[in-house]
Amino acid sequence: MNLDLPKLPIGRWVETVEGWLESNAGPLFKGIKTLIGSTVNGLSDAFNAVPALLMIVLFTVLAYWIGRTRIALFTLLGLYLVYNLGYWEHTMETLALVLTASVISVVIGVPLGIGCARSNGLQKIVTPVLDFMQTMPAFVYLLPAVAFFSLGVVPGVIASVIFGIPPTIRLTNLGIRQVPGDLVEAADAFGSTPMQKLFKLQLPIAAPTIMAGVNQTIMLSLSMVVIASMIGAQGVGADVYRAVTQAKTGVGFEAGLAVVVLAIILDRITQNLITNKRKGK
Amino acid sequence: MAIIEVRELSKVFGNDPKRAYRLLDQGWSKERIAKETKLTVGVNRVSFSIEPGEIFVIMGLSGSGKSTLVRLLNRLIEPTSGQVLIDGKDIVRLSAEELRQVRRKTISMVFQKFALFPHRTVLENVEYGLEIQGVAKSARTEKALKTLELVGLGGWADKSPDELSGGMQQRVGLARGLANDPDILLMDEAFSALDPLIRKDMQDELLELQATMKKTIVFITHDLDEALRIGDRIALMKDGVVVQIGTPEEILTHPANEYVERFVEDVDLSKVLTASHVMIRAETITMDRGPRVALQLMRDRGISNLYVVDKSRQLLGVVTAEASAEAAKTGRGLEDILVREMTTVPPDVHLSELFEVVSAAKIPVAVVDDRQRLLGIIIRGAVLSALSGNTETEAGDAE
Repeated sequence: MNLDLPKLPIGRWVETVEGWLESNAGPLFKGIKTLIGSTVNGLSDAFNAVPALLMIVLFTVLAYWIGRTRIALFTLLGLYLVYNLGYWEHTMETLALVLTASVISVVIGVPLGIGCARSNGLQKIVTPVLDFMQTMPAFVYLLPAVAFFSLGVVPGVIASVIFGIPPTIRLTNLGIRQVPGDLVEAADAFGSTPMQKLFKLQLPIAAPTIMAGVNQTIMLSLSMVVIASMIGAQGVGADVYRAVTQAKTGVGFEAGLAVVVLAIILDRITQNLITNKRKGK
Repeated sequence: MAIIEVRELSKVFGNDPKRAYRLLDQGWSKERIAKETKLTVGVNRVSFSIEPGEIFVIMGLSGSGKSTLVRLLNRLIEPTSGQVLIDGKDIVRLSAEELRQVRRKTISMVFQKFALFPHRTVLENVEYGLEIQGVAKSARTEKALKTLELVGLGGWADKSPDELSGGMQQRVGLARGLANDPDILLMDEAFSALDPLIRKDMQDELLELQATMKKTIVFITHDLDEALRIGDRIALMKDGVVVQIGTPEEILTHPANEYVERFVEDVDLSKVLTASHVMIRAETITMDRGPRVALQLMRDRGISNLYVVDKSRQLLGVVTAEASAEAAKTGRGLEDILVREMTTVPPDVHLSELFEVVSAAKIPVAVVDDRQRLLGIIIRGAVLSALSGNTETEAGDAE
């Protein structure tokens, strides 16, 4: 007896959808491409317009203002190392990509997380989608991203957003759901509108949790830079990728070091934003 | 007119509340319904009305439905059926916006675990109700500071709530509830999270504040002593039903059923009953009568003292039978034999404080109001007899 069904044509379905989107939503993708492309390029041009040493000082001051002396010191030395090794320009390009992807993730992720916190129905739909996004190998996003946005930095940003957005959505949802019930009750009992309740109570109390999600999102976006370079995104990720394909261990290590420095600085600065929030100002 | 009137108010949690009503009508208990269906009867057809300025205590053990009931009053929980009339307007039928207005202006709430906003300072917490109404910053700050002053936390405005002790935090909760000048204050187990000494202080303070504020307070508690201390009237709840409503005295002295009786049997009556409960009517005489009249009266009633009052029943003193007989012989007037020094007590003094006074006095202690008008007298046996639970005869005599 043979119970085997013929192979389901899932792959063909996906390609059909992709093809349909390509031919019917073209202008939309073009608009998104222009917007994201100009944002990333604008940012990276702006970062690189400032002399590198002045930029290092500015980052150090920011780190000192938000964090403590140790983080400022690390920022100063780490960024100087990147500059010294000759990866400054590419690192700034990567930073522009990561920041753009993170901002997009926050702009989409936080409202979606709020929506999930308010509606169990929405949460039930969104949660499996997020599981899917996080477990599907990241390389797979590259193909449709390239198909819609062609090669370059834009599909890299899109892939980073898809890969990086889940923690922001999840932790926004969680943070708002964890606001103690009696506080929500108190806000209601005094006649708050839903918006007042959100902005005066739920978001401030959930802020540290949401920031933890944003921190994760930034880190995940950063982890995508090497993968994104495979489809033509510029930056220090491309240097790593090139070194790998040419089997140049030394260059690969240097470029990889630049990614690590950037990661640690972004991580510590955002984490300190969280702890500062917890302490209340 | 009643400020709050609750009519046939019910709350059933679950999908098919009508089924719960049918089962209740068939005599099913709340437990049986919960066990055999997925329905929970929170509040079962409760009716009562509350007068302006009253402290109305809703008291019951956990699971009795009291916390649900208080949340039905401002619709933090949607009633399944019934009406809640506030100033004659049915809260249950209001739109979301109208309900918000009622919550902003008319009813506010104080919570068991304080529910202060941890990301706001004490002042910002108290301002909250005004802030969401759009009151200008300077005006609401001024009002909030004044309210904090009222609860004795004037100097703590800029602290964070978690820097305050439990008692102080609940004062902030109280100030937050009072800042928007509501007519009605709902207090859900407001003092239950505080330790006993602080709790008593807070009760005293609430009564003190209430004396000037004259708000209508609905106070939820599981603590009978608290209910008896602060309640003008008490509604006793069990299994979602109001078992008895009455003044503390009525509940203690005339328990409606066995449940209430068991509930109140451990109460220290001496701390609940007051002089007014045990006093009996005093035999009086006015000054313009002569000693012979006095003697005759005493002989008729079989007593040995007469209390002398003026036309407005103000107590002037007492005359004894001996002195009257003496005066009748020598032809002196009542004025000459009047004993002016005597023990008097106000009507609201508790029996616990009366023991000594009563046993030290040679003649029955007079109960007078704040204008020295004679209300009644307390004979020695009455206090002990009241404490043994036998209050009805005395109460009857006093009327």
